Amino acid sequence: MTIQRREFIAAIGSGAAVGLAGCTALSGDDGDDGGPEISGETLTLTTTTSTEDTGLLDELNAPFEDRYGVTVDTVAQGTGAALETARSGDSDVVMVHARSLEDEFIEDGYGINRRDLMFNDFVIVGGPDDPASIASSDDASEALNAIADSESTFVSRGDNSGTHTKELELWADAGIDSETHGEWYVDVGGGMGEALNRASELDAYTLSDRGTYLSMHGNITLEILVQGPVEDGPESLMNPYGIVAVNPDAHDHVNYDLALAYIGYITGPEGQEIIENYTTEDEQLFFPEALSEAPNFQQYVPEGWSASDDGGNS
Amino acid sequence: MVDMIVDITTAFVGEFPFEWNYIRSIIYVSLYVSLVAVTLSTLCSLPIALLVGFKEFRGKALLTSIINTGMGFPSVVVGLIVLFAVSNQGPLGSLELVFTPEAMIMSQFILAAPVITGVSLAAVSSVEQNVRDAAYAMGGTRLDVALVTIKEARYGIATAVLAGFGRAISEVGSVLIVGGNIASSDGTSKTRTLTTAIQLEARQGQYETAMILGAILVVLVLLVNAIVVRLGSDDGGYR
Repeated sequence: MTIQRREFIAAIGSGAAVGLAGCTALSGDDGDDGGPEISGETLTLTTTTSTEDTGLLDELNAPFEDRYGVTVDTVAQGTGAALETARSGDSDVVMVHARSLEDEFIEDGYGINRRDLMFNDFVIVGGPDDPASIASSDDASEALNAIADSESTFVSRGDNSGTHTKELELWADAGIDSETHGEWYVDVGGGMGEALNRASELDAYTLSDRGTYLSMHGNITLEILVQGPVEDGPESLMNPYGIVAVNPDAHDHVNYDLALAYIGYITGPEGQEIIENYTTEDEQLFFPEALSEAPNFQQYVPEGWSASDDGGNS
Repeated sequence: MVDMIVDITTAFVGEFPFEWNYIRSIIYVSLYVSLVAVTLSTLCSLPIALLVGFKEFRGKALLTSIINTGMGFPSVVVGLIVLFAVSNQGPLGSLELVFTPEAMIMSQFILAAPVITGVSLAAVSSVEQNVRDAAYAMGGTRLDVALVTIKEARYGIATAVLAGFGRAISEVGSVLIVGGNIASSDGTSKTRTLTTAIQLEARQGQYETAMILGAILVVLVLLVNAIVVRLGSDDGGYR
């Protein structure tokens, strides 16, 4: 009996030791290995599914991590969730694509030092048989009206992401109340990839950013029916990405220095060149727009903001 | 042990359509998080199961049904609760646990503990009173009685641990929320597990890759089950 008890205690003890050893081994990644002061730190980036799913971020982050000896933790969530995570101080920098939501984030005091980063465009995609015949259209509102009139199946992200925000803006521009859509309007509540897959299965229309569409092109049967501005389509389908640091005054523990180093890198010549050269199946997915000789003041402030509007800034 | 399981798994599954380092680190994170969570849950749950199983007290039936309800607690809700706790604005915010394996361990602990407690409680309760009386009559201390009961109920307890492990490793909702599904740019997983990787591949329409990852997950669970059953069968050559 006693021997068994000892064995039991020994087993429990070694089990606990193994468990704890695991803990210390994995959590010890912030150790000081004598490098520069910033070395070993972790930058948490919350971003949209499109930048992650296209593989662009892996290409962009590796040289940054090498240069500074840091780790970039990328959490791909969709624009709404990415900004929400940043609002609660759980990320250091956000890379998103919904200017109206970014502006709100900055106006509420959570974001600072916004820069224009890059752009691509949205495209309206659908099955090859195109029941609403929108393929000839070069106007997004016209195409959406045709889809609504013919009650052809349309897949919506429904996840408060940048693409979803854009989709709702487009329905509003087309003069259609998106609250009253019938059963043909399918809300998948998921990422771009999920929406494209679902649209492909249902032979439905959907709005996609060009990058994710191109990167998934091989796996789905959808075709581009209405082009965006990259291929001379309407300007309303423009898809600009911005990058914003989390305000260290709102959350004092955020890694603001590293966030600005990241913004500096990604909007500088090296980062912009990587974006320029990133292709899938020989198609360029994103177009850099941070480097410009002429000043672009509007990228730092909410859209339409000017110093004279705001009493506090006189 | 993790390395061994990784090697055996790859022997089963064969060729991978992705980087070796990527798949290895995902398996490592999955096993690390689930095994630590299940070990900690077992250490907490077993004493509770013994205590509740042995003692008669008012509200015992209520407590038992609370534990049993906990077995079916939705993982997404657990994920949200843990996220609120570890998020910067939450009570544990200063520990900076959000998007770390430790936060994932917390949520899996909460998921696995009721399962292990509930199933062990059933096993312990089924050990007959006269076995316990005999151990006590032979001069055993309370600890000895507890050990005899554990020994008698060991198959039930092993089932409990395996059920807890199954719940932890196959779970996707909470680890996605609190872990963030992070893999670094060189393809090393930080908080990406097999389940969240499957979810990611499915999102991108890479169903074949997702299926292979699913096969790896099944093989892993099989292996862990086999190991535990094996450990349970040779109990020191006692019988």
